[in-house]
Amino acid sequence: MQELLQNLLNGIAVGAIYALIALGYTMVYGILKLINFAHGDVFMLGAFVGYYSGNWAAAHVDQQHPATYLVAGGIMLLAMVLCGAFGYLNERIAYRPLRNSPRIASLITAIGVSFFLEYGGQLVFGPDPKFFPTLTPKHIVHLGGIVTTNYQIIVLVVAVAFMALLQYIIYGTKFGRAMRAVSYNFEIASLMGIPVDRVISTTFVIGSSLAAVAGILFGLSYPKIDPLMGIMPGLKAFIAAVLGGIGNVPGAMVGGLMIGIIEAFVGGSRFSNFRDAIAFVILIAILLFRPSGLFGKYEAEKV
Amino acid sequence: MRKLIFLGFVAVLSLALTGCPPKGETGSTKTADTAAGGDILIGEYSSLTGLQGTFGTSTHQGIIMAADEVNAAGGINGRKVKIITEDDQSKPEEAATAVSKLISQNSVVAVLGEVASSASLAAAPICQSNKVPMITPSSTNPEVTKKGDYIFRMCFTDDTQGPAMADYTAKTEGIKTAAILTDVKNDYSVFLGRDFDRRFTEDGGKIVAHASYSNGDSDFRAQLTSIKPSNPQILWVPGYYTDVGQIAQQARDLGITAPLVGGDGWVSPTLIQIGGKALEGCYYANHYSQDDPAPVVRNFVDKYKQRFGAKPDAMAALAYDAMHVLADSMKRAKKLDGPTLRDAIAATKGYAGVTGTITLGPDRNPIGKKIVVEEIKNGQLTVKATFQPQANTGAATATH
Amino acid sequence: MKSLPWFLRDLIYLAIFVAVLLAAAYGLDALRFPGIAYYNRIIVLIGINITLAVSLNIINGHAGQFSLGHAGFMAVGAYFSAFLTFFYFTNIVEKYPAAQHPLFVVALLAGGALAALAGYIVGLPSLRLRGDYLAIVTLGFGEIIRVLILNIEKIGGARGFSGIPQWSNFFWVYFFAGVTVAVSWRLVRSSVGRAFLAVREDQIAAEAMGVDTTKYKVKAFVIGSFWAGVAGGLFAHYQMYLNPTAFTFLRSFELVVMVVLGGLGSISGSIIAAIVLTILPEVLRMAKEVLHTDKDPRMVIYSIMLIVLMLTRPQGLFGRRELWQVLARRKDTIPTDKRDEGDADDKLDRDAAPPVQ
Repeated sequence: MQELLQNLLNGIAVGAIYALIALGYTMVYGILKLINFAHGDVFMLGAFVGYYSGNWAAAHVDQQHPATYLVAGGIMLLAMVLCGAFGYLNERIAYRPLRNSPRIASLITAIGVSFFLEYGGQLVFGPDPKFFPTLTPKHIVHLGGIVTTNYQIIVLVVAVAFMALLQYIIYGTKFGRAMRAVSYNFEIASLMGIPVDRVISTTFVIGSSLAAVAGILFGLSYPKIDPLMGIMPGLKAFIAAVLGGIGNVPGAMVGGLMIGIIEAFVGGSRFSNFRDAIAFVILIAILLFRPSGLFGKYEAEKV
Repeated sequence: MRKLIFLGFVAVLSLALTGCPPKGETGSTKTADTAAGGDILIGEYSSLTGLQGTFGTSTHQGIIMAADEVNAAGGINGRKVKIITEDDQSKPEEAATAVSKLISQNSVVAVLGEVASSASLAAAPICQSNKVPMITPSSTNPEVTKKGDYIFRMCFTDDTQGPAMADYTAKTEGIKTAAILTDVKNDYSVFLGRDFDRRFTEDGGKIVAHASYSNGDSDFRAQLTSIKPSNPQILWVPGYYTDVGQIAQQARDLGITAPLVGGDGWVSPTLIQIGGKALEGCYYANHYSQDDPAPVVRNFVDKYKQRFGAKPDAMAALAYDAMHVLADSMKRAKKLDGPTLRDAIAATKGYAGVTGTITLGPDRNPIGKKIVVEEIKNGQLTVKATFQPQANTGAATATH
Repeated sequence: MKSLPWFLRDLIYLAIFVAVLLAAAYGLDALRFPGIAYYNRIIVLIGINITLAVSLNIINGHAGQFSLGHAGFMAVGAYFSAFLTFFYFTNIVEKYPAAQHPLFVVALLAGGALAALAGYIVGLPSLRLRGDYLAIVTLGFGEIIRVLILNIEKIGGARGFSGIPQWSNFFWVYFFAGVTVAVSWRLVRSSVGRAFLAVREDQIAAEAMGVDTTKYKVKAFVIGSFWAGVAGGLFAHYQMYLNPTAFTFLRSFELVVMVVLGGLGSISGSIIAAIVLTILPEVLRMAKEVLHTDKDPRMVIYSIMLIVLMLTRPQGLFGRRELWQVLARRKDTIPTDKRDEGDADDKLDRDAAPPVQ
């Protein structure tokens, strides 16, 4: 039983990070029907921004001082801003010019941007893994029979907070309504006076900031970072987004948590060799019964 | 407008293609040592980018430092050596292409590389069929030197390392129970895991838990959670240092206090940085120790640190030895063509290297390489033990 | 010529093709200048990539499906043919050396057949899945295949499968490349091919016209994956070493890039893109010296080129047409063929598509 709960907790902590990345994928897809393969590498960028600014901060700030949490928050904000800016540029340069072209073309540019970030990162940051600085002190926490660290709790709290914030933005603000309108029907939304370009750019910015948050949280929990770190989490987050129904925001959150939990249980079982493949197997199984994902609506194609 | 840019691009591309000049001297496709007065060309294929980037960089630095020393001391009978390096992006198929280019286009007389056994396995057949001697500094898979008589090795093999560490932990340290955690994507790790399992059980120990991960993973809690209940005295984690540091951290987070034990994949200047306090009391097998008081080692470590800013790890040390052994062989060889050079390398005996005294045996692996067990104590690497591994008694090598 | 029955005509084409190939093979063999072995290697790798790109073009280009798992089929073919050769055929060949070529072909075709079976299994979910969902599922299958291979000890697992005899050479690689091209060419002009195009253009309309879309989609996967398997076998017997890391989804991406860059649906486009994209990383090896740097900027330049090429020519080199059709088009006709740019709900900006002309 203990092992079960322990695995559950581990799974949720990892899943929360996947969920944050999956949100970016799903929002962009909802609006543009584009799979932004470069998203996983934005996550990597966020982690590296955290690494460099964290090292700077560690040299200038005493870690035991309670203000260290503020500093950590500041670093996260910095990462969000920089990655958001990158997301904006990415959209403007690589995707907007291709809006009139076949979708596959923007997919290829997305792959190109992804390679650019990965190999460019190796060139600029060096291919060797770096050690993410400890921004806040680490404590081991015992809950019943389960052992965890305060990091896992921080990850959960922060991730849930941001997801809640996103939910509020999308469903509770005027801008969110605009975003939903654009994802339903592009042309009509622009006819109704919604500044479609701005909405799209903002979506990218939001998605990229969330990926940055995920990157920082990841760096905190798993201090080893390297330029290729975005590939697998990006892929898993993408699976999570599809699992939940791509284009569906709550679906992405659920998908992320599911993937995290499944991985935790498989990883501790006899099948740990096949862990990479299990996520896909589950995905295929679910898609066979619910072709649009768990929460996706099966859109009847208009003829 | 778009079309113009596109056509311009294509034009540049085709120019680049036609302008690609074949390097190397005249004549044959065989790697003969032409121009008997020019530089001696030595090829190096290495993972300068990609997942194995750190190992490749260390190896590269060891080689060029050694090459510069050789040249400073007058070269080989008056001729300087020149290293031509090709990156293989940590991919075995790229390794094959890189080596092919070095041999046929650059006409190198010998090849140095690689660290990852999969890359060495891909490149070895090409070197063998072209009769170009190849020395791998750090590939530990036994299959590599079996590819042909032109393939040589500088380090101990996995089928020595695994059982040796099993003997050490079971007999010298008296460990009775162990758990094994291997990297399923890494053949090195899988085989060390298997060899350890066999020998440890033969020595009377018991493997109480088995789990695996994939390199590149960051979260090992699931595997560690499954290991924890069986309470092993040690965890045998023969992976790469990048994962080991985190595994140790997470193990401590989960309340597992047993020490981790590993192989030479742990070797790295950043191991302690990544693992931190979690690695206290953990130990692993190394090819040499940076703190070895022997003068040849101290000399090497100081010069390397001065030039590259960090202390050399075992990859750099083995690469350094490989280059020097190659140079030494070249001096002994009367000519530098394939067969003569090969014989000279095979005859290497008693060369005083940084990683020990190197004598190549009939299977082209070094004989009598010692294993240096290093332990992390108070945040520093200290030598826990040095021993001669038992002669290989047919451990579980890769049968197809 | 036209009066001869089709099989005789084909036989003559085949004979001419084989003769030309043999001449080229001997000619290449006779060349003796520095680096020729390296260039030979590149040429062989180009041939394998041509086969892969053209076979993927059948699935992605002609049938309009979105397959991101082609490397998985290649892996199946590679490993199975190597398995047959290593464990069974080499023994036979030792006794009867003349049997090498026929046995090699048998091994390749067997690899292709198993890959076709895999293609069948992968194609089945395409029944219910659309576009992007199919993409992720095919990607998943590719990864599942890779992980399965990683865990099978007999064929090497993580250590890789070494010791495969080098039976591939210029002749065989280009022979099968030629056959794949010929098959693809014939296919797209046959009734099966027309069904593919119908499924690609408008699946609902095709169903309404009585085309069994499921059957044809699966057929596309099976045919495409068969040739990918053959290419895999050729690859295995050239490299003499196989490792699962050569068949990740990144490899599948590389192949998709080749097909898209050449123009989805254009056979000549796929061929040319395969040639260019295989040569490009090799050519870029020079970049290191040109830029006077110690680090290798090859892949960064490659990725930038990719982005620029797609931005400047998103429909790929030839769009949906073939090389000669593009060359034949005269200046005074429509400057850009709207048919190249796909249809309405293919675009990101959906109100821009004019009707197909």
